[in-house]
Amino acid sequence: MTPRPLALARLRPELMATITAAAAVLATLAVAAALLALGGHSPGDAFAALARGAFGTWDRFVSFTLVRATPLLLTGLAVAFAFRARVWNIGAEGQLHAGALAGVAVALALPGAGALLVLPVTLLAAAAAGALWASVPAAMKTGMGVGEVITTLLMNFVALFLAQFLVQGPLREARGVFNQTDEIPAAAHLPALLPDTRLHLGFLLGVMIAVGLWLYLARTPGGFRLRAAGASARAAEVSGRFSVTPVIWLSFLVSGAIAGLAGWIQIAGVTHRMYEGLSPGWGYTAIAVALLARLHPLAVVVTAIVFGALSAGGGAMQREAGVPEVWVRGIEALVILAVLTADRIVQGMARRAAHGGAPRRQRSGEAGTAPGGAGVQ
Amino acid sequence: MTDLAALSSFLVAAVGLAVPLALAALGETVSERSGVINIGLEGSVIWGALGGALGALAMGPYAGLAAGAVAGGLAALAFAAFAVRLGTDQIITGTAVTIGSLGFTGAVFQSRFGATGLALELQTVPAWEVPLLSRIPVLGPAFFEQAVTAYLAYAMVPLLGWFLFRTRWGLALRAAGESPEAAHAAGVPVVGTRMLAAVLGGAMAGLAGAHLSLVHTGTFAENMSAGKGFIAIAVVVLGRWRPWGVFAAALFFGGAEALQFTLQALDADLPYPLFLALPYVLSLAALAGWFGRSRAPEGLALPWPR
Repeated sequence: MTPRPLALARLRPELMATITAAAAVLATLAVAAALLALGGHSPGDAFAALARGAFGTWDRFVSFTLVRATPLLLTGLAVAFAFRARVWNIGAEGQLHAGALAGVAVALALPGAGALLVLPVTLLAAAAAGALWASVPAAMKTGMGVGEVITTLLMNFVALFLAQFLVQGPLREARGVFNQTDEIPAAAHLPALLPDTRLHLGFLLGVMIAVGLWLYLARTPGGFRLRAAGASARAAEVSGRFSVTPVIWLSFLVSGAIAGLAGWIQIAGVTHRMYEGLSPGWGYTAIAVALLARLHPLAVVVTAIVFGALSAGGGAMQREAGVPEVWVRGIEALVILAVLTADRIVQGMARRAAHGGAPRRQRSGEAGTAPGGAGVQ
Repeated sequence: MTDLAALSSFLVAAVGLAVPLALAALGETVSERSGVINIGLEGSVIWGALGGALGALAMGPYAGLAAGAVAGGLAALAFAAFAVRLGTDQIITGTAVTIGSLGFTGAVFQSRFGATGLALELQTVPAWEVPLLSRIPVLGPAFFEQAVTAYLAYAMVPLLGWFLFRTRWGLALRAAGESPEAAHAAGVPVVGTRMLAAVLGGAMAGLAGAHLSLVHTGTFAENMSAGKGFIAIAVVVLGRWRPWGVFAAALFFGGAEALQFTLQALDADLPYPLFLALPYVLSLAALAGWFGRSRAPEGLALPWPR
C-alpha cells in the first residue's frame, strides 16, 4: 500500500514506488493488448484511438480528459489520505453523494445571492456533508470497534437511496418531468478555468488540495502522526507518544470532506443539476487512482489524469477502432491487479533480503507493515 | 380479498427477489467464515448471469444454471488467486475484480451479440409447483411455486448450518477465519481452505447471477447484476454470519425491494427509496449491536501468511 521497499537495493522509496507503478502500467498494457487481440481487435488501433480521444487536440485534453479527471482527482485524494492512515474508507461514493446533495440544496436555497457568497457556502456545505457521512463509520470504528470496510460500504447504499428519494421528492424539479433537481443558479456555477474550454475551477481546487495534503503529510507533526499510525497503529499506541483515535477521526473527516467536494464540484462545474446516477462509480475507481499513485497526493494528480484519459478516450476507441468502451473498465481493473502484484513481488524481495529466505513464514512483528490487512473488525 | 391477493403477489415478488440475494449471501457467508471478504462477489454475479445466458443458448436453461455457477466460481478463483494465494489486499482486489468483471462481461457480450444491444431472448427456467405445500394459502405460492434456484437456496440453509457448525471441515474453515495462526498450528491448510471457500461462495453467487438471466428476466443486459453482489455482503452482516439469519435477512431485503413495485402498482405516493435504504440502516444497526452481539470473524480480510 504505502511505498514500502524497505531495504531493497537502498533505493529511495519514491523512486522505487515510481518504478513499480510504471512497471504495473506496462504490464497492464501488455495484458490488455493480449486480451484485445484475443477478442479480435487490433491493440495498436485501439490504443491509438484511445490516445487520440484523450490527447489528440488541446480541446480533447482540456475539455474531456481534465474535466473527467476532476472527480477522480478529488475522490482519489480522499481515498489516498484515508488509506495513508490505514483507514479503509471505501465509502467515497456515498460521501460524494452526500456532498452533492448538500451543495445542491444550499445553492437552490440561495437563489438571489452573489457568487462570492454562494460558492464558498456551497463548497463548505458539501465538505461538511461528506465529513458527516464519514463520521458514522468513524464513530463506529473508534467507539465500538466495528471495522470501516463494511460500514462505509453500507453507507454508500444509504446515500444512493437518499439521493434517489430527494430527487424524486423534496428536491425534484419544479416542472416535475424528470427525477432531477432544478438547475442551480448561475452564481453557483464554478467559473471556467481556461477560456473557450469546459475546464472549470474544480480541477484547480483539486490540485490545490493535493498540494495541501502533501504539505500536511510530509511537513507537519500531525502528518507524521498520521503516517506513523498508518505504518503501525500498535507501535504508535505502545510508544505512548500519541493516541491513534484522533488520527483516525481526522482521516475519516478529511477524506469524507474531500469526497463530498467531489460530488458538488461535478455539479457546480459540469452538470449544474443533481440527478439519479450522477456518479458512474468514481468512488470505487478512486481506489485504483489512489493505489496507482502509491497514496501520494501529488501523484494522485497524475494518475487521475491517466484515468480521466481512459474515460475520455474510451468513446473514441469505440467510434474509431470498434472496441467497446467497456474495455476501459477492464483496463482499470488490470491496473489495480498489476500494482498489487508488483507490490507483493517487491515486498517478497525485500523480505528475502532482510531475513535471508523463507518469505512466506509469518512473523507477528511485521503485522504493521504487511500489505492489505484491512481487518474488518 | 383484493388485499389478500395483493399480499400474495407481494410475497411472490419478495421471495423471487430474495432468492438471488440468499444464494449469493449464503456463499459469501462460507467465504467470510473462512476469513475472506469477497467484494468481488458482484463480479461473480455478473459472470454468472452471462455464463448462464451463454450456457442456456448452447444447451438449455438447466445447463445454463450450471454454467452460471461455474462462471461465478471462476471469477472467485481469479479473486482468490490474488487475494488468498498471493496475499494482496482483499478489499482492493475485490474492487478490481468487480470493476473488471463489469467491463469484460460487457466486452464479451458485445463481441458476441453486437454493440447495439440486440435484445436477447432466453428460454427461462420454469417454476416447479411443490405438491401440497404450494396449496398453503398466501405462503404456498410465494415459497413453493418457484424455480429450482429457490429450492437450492432453501436446501443450502440447513446444509450449510450443518456443515459449518457440525462437521470437522466446518470447524477447520471457521478456525481459518477466526485465527489463521491457530488453525495453521493445528494443521489446517489455511490457504487451501480459504481458496475453496471463496470459490464455493463465487459459484453460489454465479448461480444467483444465472437466476437473474434465466429465471428473473430471460435475457442478459450489461450491468444487470445491479449491485446484487454488494447487497449480498450487507445481507451477510444483517444475518450475522449464520445461514438461517442470512436467509431471513435476504427475505427482508427482497421484501423491501418488492415493496417498491407493490407501492408503484398501488399508485401509493410513498417514498419507496427510503424503504430500500431501510435494510442497510438496519445492517448498520446490527453491526452497532442493536440486536445483540454481532461481529465478523476475527481474521476477516487479514492476509495469511502475513
